[in-house]
Amino acid sequence: MGITIVAGLIVIAMILGLYVRSRPILEIEPLSRLVFSSEWRPLSGKFGLLPFITGTLWVTGGAVAIAVPLSLLAAIYLSEYAHRRVREWTKPLIDLLSGIPSVVYGVWGVLVVVPIIKDHLAPAVGSFSTGYCVLAGSIVLAVMITPIIMHVSIEVLRTVPRELRDASLALGATRWQGIKHAVLRRAAPGVTAATVLGLSRAFGETMAVLMVVGNVARTPSSLLDPAYPLPALIANNYGEMMSVPLYDSALLLACLVLLLVVLAFNIASRVVLVRMERSTQ
Amino acid sequence: MDCKTHICVRNLSLSYGRTPALKNVSVDIPDRQITAIIGPSGCGKSTLLKCFNRLIDSDEEVRVSGSVLVDGEDVLDPRTEVTHIRKKMGLLFQRPYPLPMSIYDNVAYGPRIHGVRDRRTLDSIVERRLKESSLWNEVKDRLNEPATRLSIGQQQRLCLARGLAVEPDIILADEPSSALDPASSQRIEQRFLELKETYTIVIVTHILRQARRLADRVVFLYLGELIEEGPADEFFSHPKERLTEDYISGTIS
Amino acid sequence: MDRRKTEEGIFKGVMIASTLVILGTLALILGTILARGLPALDLAMITQTPKGGFYLGKEGGVLNAIVGSLYLAGGATLLAFLAGLPIAFYLTIYARKSSRLASLTRFSLDVLWGVPSIVYGAFGFTIMMLLGLRASLLAGIIAVALLILPIMTRAMDEVIRAVPRELLDASYALGTTRLETATRVLARQALPGILTAVLIAFGRGIGDAASVIFTAGFTDHIPTSLSQPAATLPLAIFFQLGTPVPEVQERAYASALILTFIILIISAVARLTAARQARHVVR
Repeated sequence: MGITIVAGLIVIAMILGLYVRSRPILEIEPLSRLVFSSEWRPLSGKFGLLPFITGTLWVTGGAVAIAVPLSLLAAIYLSEYAHRRVREWTKPLIDLLSGIPSVVYGVWGVLVVVPIIKDHLAPAVGSFSTGYCVLAGSIVLAVMITPIIMHVSIEVLRTVPRELRDASLALGATRWQGIKHAVLRRAAPGVTAATVLGLSRAFGETMAVLMVVGNVARTPSSLLDPAYPLPALIANNYGEMMSVPLYDSALLLACLVLLLVVLAFNIASRVVLVRMERSTQ
Repeated sequence: MDCKTHICVRNLSLSYGRTPALKNVSVDIPDRQITAIIGPSGCGKSTLLKCFNRLIDSDEEVRVSGSVLVDGEDVLDPRTEVTHIRKKMGLLFQRPYPLPMSIYDNVAYGPRIHGVRDRRTLDSIVERRLKESSLWNEVKDRLNEPATRLSIGQQQRLCLARGLAVEPDIILADEPSSALDPASSQRIEQRFLELKETYTIVIVTHILRQARRLADRVVFLYLGELIEEGPADEFFSHPKERLTEDYISGTIS
Repeated sequence: MDRRKTEEGIFKGVMIASTLVILGTLALILGTILARGLPALDLAMITQTPKGGFYLGKEGGVLNAIVGSLYLAGGATLLAFLAGLPIAFYLTIYARKSSRLASLTRFSLDVLWGVPSIVYGAFGFTIMMLLGLRASLLAGIIAVALLILPIMTRAMDEVIRAVPRELLDASYALGTTRLETATRVLARQALPGILTAVLIAFGRGIGDAASVIFTAGFTDHIPTSLSQPAATLPLAIFFQLGTPVPEVQERAYASALILTFIILIISAVARLTAARQARHVVR
C-alpha cells in the first residue's frame, strides 16, 4: 500500500523539483518576459521562450488538424458501420501503429515525408522548403496520435446505448442521420476528451518531431518554415547547458511549462472520460 | 398471399446465430385494435416486434425466413425501403430514450429528417403530438429545455409524441410501462386506449393484468412458438391450450 | 430520400477512405523501414560492436546498442513490475470498492500515463546532477521504469479487475488469507493478462529515446555493470542518422529495422501468450 502512495507522490515530486531548479532564472527575469520574448541567445544570457512555444503550437496544431478528422471518421466507420471481422482485424493494426517507437517514425519522416515536401509539395505551391518544416512535423505527429484518438473515440462511441440508435432508426432515419444528430451529440464530450488526449501526447512528443522539424529558433510564419518545439529544445541542448550559467535553469523551466500544460490537458480529459463512463453505469 | 388485416405474419422464423428465437410464427394483427403479445421473458416477444419495423437489421448474425406483410407489402423483402416502413410505425421502448436535444427538437426530429423544414409546420406538429400524448400542458413553457430533465414518466410520453410525429399508422410498444411508476403507467395505458381509435397498436407485455386491461386481441408466445391467439375475452376466460391456461393462472411464468 | 442516401453514401466513402489512409500509412512506414533497412543489414550489424571508424563508415555493428537496450528495457520492466504488481493487487484486493485512495491512484496513474518521456529524462538528469552521478545504465533503468510504470500498472489493473469476483470469493470461503488468494488464485487466472501487460510495457520502454538521452548516455561498448553508460537502439539510430556520412546513415535504417523487428516480435508474442494461456483460465 505504501508503494501506491509513493507513486501518487512522484508527480508532485517532479513538479516541485523542476520548479526549484527553474527558480534561479525566475529570480532574474520575470516570467512574462521569458515567455514572451523571442530572443534566444543563451551565451548572452537571453532566454526568450516565445519562438519555442509558438513552434510547439504550430506543429501540434497542425497535427491535431490532420489527425482529428481522419481518426474520427475512421472511428465512426469502425464502430458504427464496419462488420465485426473488419473491426477485429483493424484494431490490432492500430495498436501496432501506436507501438512503433518515436525514432522509427522520425526515420520514416526523414525518408519519406521530408523529400515529398521538398520535391513535390513546396514547388507545387510555388515556394521553397528544405522539407524540414512544421508540416513535416505535423504529418509525422498526426500519424503518431491517430491511434490514441481512435482508440478512445471507439470506446466512447461504445458507451452510447444501442437503444438511442434504435430510437432514431425507428423513426425512419438513415443510419448516418442518427449518427449525426443523436450519437455524436451524446458522444461529444468523450470525443473531445479523446482529442485533448491526443493533443497532450503531441505536445510532449520529442524524437520524431525533432528529426524532421528543422530546429531553427524562430517563430514560423508558414507551414513550410522550420520550427523548434519545446521538447526538441530540451533534448537538443541538455548536454551543453552546464557550461552556460542559467541555461539549465531556463531549460528546466521549459520542461516545467511542458509538464504543467500536458498535465492540465490530461487531467481535464480524464475527468470528462470518467464522467461519461459513470453515466452509463 | 392473402392478407386482410393490417399486419400479417406468415411462417416467420428467426435465429441469432444458431439459437432460434422465433419458430414458424403466423399471426394476423387487426386494424385499430390493441393487440397484446404476452409470454414469459425470453420467449421472443420483443424480437417479433422488432421484426415488424426491421430493427433486427442492426443485430449481427441474424437469420430470418418467412414474411411480414404490412398493408400488403412484405417488410422483410430486402428490396423494400426500410426507412419508409419504419415511418409507418412508431416504437416505444421499455425505458424511455430521449434524444440528446431539447423537448421541441425531440418531437421535431422525425419530421425534420423526413424533410419538413417550415418552422410553423413544425410548431404545430410538436404542439399537436404533445397534446396527443397528454404532455403539452406540462412542457409548453419549456420546450427548449433538454429532454433529459423530464421525469421518467414524462420522458416516456415524450417518446410517444416523438413516435407519433412521423404520422405512423401503427404503434409498437415494447413493455412501455415496465420502467414507470404506477401513476405514469396508468397515464400511458389511458393514452393507448384513446389512441386505438386512430392507430393500430401492438403491445408487448409480461404483465397479465395490463393485457387484460388493454387488449382487444391476445397473442401468446412461448419459447419462440405461437401457442394461442384470439380475442381477449375468449382468451382469458376460455383458453384452448393447456400451456395458456398454466401461464394465465400463474403456474408457469 | 435520395438526398439523404447520397449524403450517407458520401460520408461513408470518406470514412472508409480515412480508414484506408491510416492503414496505408502503417503499411508505408513498415514498408519503408524494410526497404531501406534490409539492404544495409548484415550479420556484422547484429553481432559486432562498433569498431574503429564506425562512425566514418568502417566496420562494426550495433551490438552495443542491441544489448544495451535489452539490458535497459529488461531492467526497467523488472523494476516497474516489482513496483506495479503490488499496486495493482492493492487496487483490487485490499482496497474496498469505493476506496478513495484507490480511485485517486487509478486516476493519477492515468494522468501519469500521459507525461512526456522527455520530462522523465530531464527530471532524472536533475536528480543525477544533484547526487553527483554520471550517465549510467542504472540511471537509464530508473528513468524508463518511471516511464512505463503507469502503463504496466494500469494494464495489470484492468486484467486483475476482470477476474470474476466469485472466483475470489470461492477462495476466501476456503479460509485463505488475502495474500494467499492473491498469489495463488488471482495470479493464475490473470497470468496471461499480466504477461501481456509486461510485454507491452517492455515494448514501450525499449523504443523510447527521450528518457534515456541524458540518463543512460551512450557508449561503444556493452555495459558490464550498472554504473557504466549504456548505448540504446533508439539513440544509436538517432546518432547514425545525424552523421553526414551516407554509409552510416544506411546503418541507421538497418538499426531502425532491427528495433522495429524487436517490437513486432514482442507484440506478436504478447498476443500469442494472451491467446494460448487462456486455456488454463477459468471462464
